Amino acid sequence: MLRKISCDVLPIFMLVAAIVLGTAPPARAADTADPKAAFTAFRAYFTSRFPKVALDDFVNGPYSMDEGLRKQWKEIEEFPPYEFAVDKGKEMFAKPFANGRTYADCFPEKGISIRQNYPYFDTKSGQVITLELALNQCRQANGEKPLDETKDDMAALTAYMAFTSRGKRFDIKIPDDPRALAAWRKGEEYFYTRRGQLNFSCASCHVQSAGQHIRTEVLAPALGIMAAMPIYRSEWSGMGTTSRRFTTCNAQVRAVPLHPQDELYRDVEYFLTYMGNGLPVSGPGARP
Amino acid sequence: MRLPVGLMSMLGAAALAFAAVAAPADDFKAAYAKAEAASKEAAALKTQWTTTVATLKAAKKAADAGKLDDAIALAKKAEALAQASTAQAREQESAWKDGVIR
Repeated sequence: MLRKISCDVLPIFMLVAAIVLGTAPPARAADTADPKAAFTAFRAYFTSRFPKVALDDFVNGPYSMDEGLRKQWKEIEEFPPYEFAVDKGKEMFAKPFANGRTYADCFPEKGISIRQNYPYFDTKSGQVITLELALNQCRQANGEKPLDETKDDMAALTAYMAFTSRGKRFDIKIPDDPRALAAWRKGEEYFYTRRGQLNFSCASCHVQSAGQHIRTEVLAPALGIMAAMPIYRSEWSGMGTTSRRFTTCNAQVRAVPLHPQDELYRDVEYFLTYMGNGLPVSGPGARP
Repeated sequence: MRLPVGLMSMLGAAALAFAAVAAPADDFKAAYAKAEAASKEAAALKTQWTTTVATLKAAKKAADAGKLDDAIALAKKAEALAQASTAQAREQESAWKDGVIR
């Protein structure tokens, strides 16, 4: 009897359950690429987690999180350690190549005050173009050898270009091109994927642990983290580009770093910079 | 032709001694080849661990120094590390979505 009732009721129960719960398993927000929704959620997460931090202050990374560090930084900024790089970059930028052309000839607005538009998705080549890549493409187009993308001359050039763009607000666009959306998505995936023997993702430090100490360092929040690039790091005793930051982050979690301008690094830079849209350029920066 | 018993014993002993030396060398070659293959797979997936590379290098160095037991152990460790990194990458193919800010 009981079995019969169960058999009679079961289909009705299942129907009701299907109506209540939906016929398909619930989709996760992250199952589809949705930059606008991701942007909104990303910003809401950081602003609600750190309500005392002014939105524009997120570009100052660890200094927005720790009062003691902030005081030290204010003093450092009186004689900023990146100043030499800016001066060197300015000289390099103006110095003609062997063919008489200059970097300015390769960029919109002659390369001045344009940092906020990098990286961008190039619909002709179908790839993300970072400032470092654009500078090396410029050099090669003019018969010069490409520079090391991680430090020295490249860091000087990008430091100068960032300096001329200070205060400009990031405006990274995702053009109506499925390849652009795919690049943003690959960047998002890279950012949240755990790697290395320590099993860390970029988000492990810069989302879940933002503002916390890792040894003596304060972890910068992911929101606005690209704004200060390139940076002078005391740990490096020198300047480093975004590529240098990515390669060292990978190595610190015991993952073999990619090539400094690997497609995945460019995609994650595209993703992260897009997520900081509307924030001001603060680079070049100084970090512990 | 029949060999004298003494000579046969000497040849036998020499063969055993050779086998004793050759076996670990072959074991190392096999273990290293397996570790190298696993490491290449991890590299192709862009999920290589620095510790895999370092351990593989240490295995080769130990073998070159004639420390074959150590070399075999290190090669096996490198293989295990490479396999763990590949497993991590496979698991993260979908698991990364769990960490996304919503």
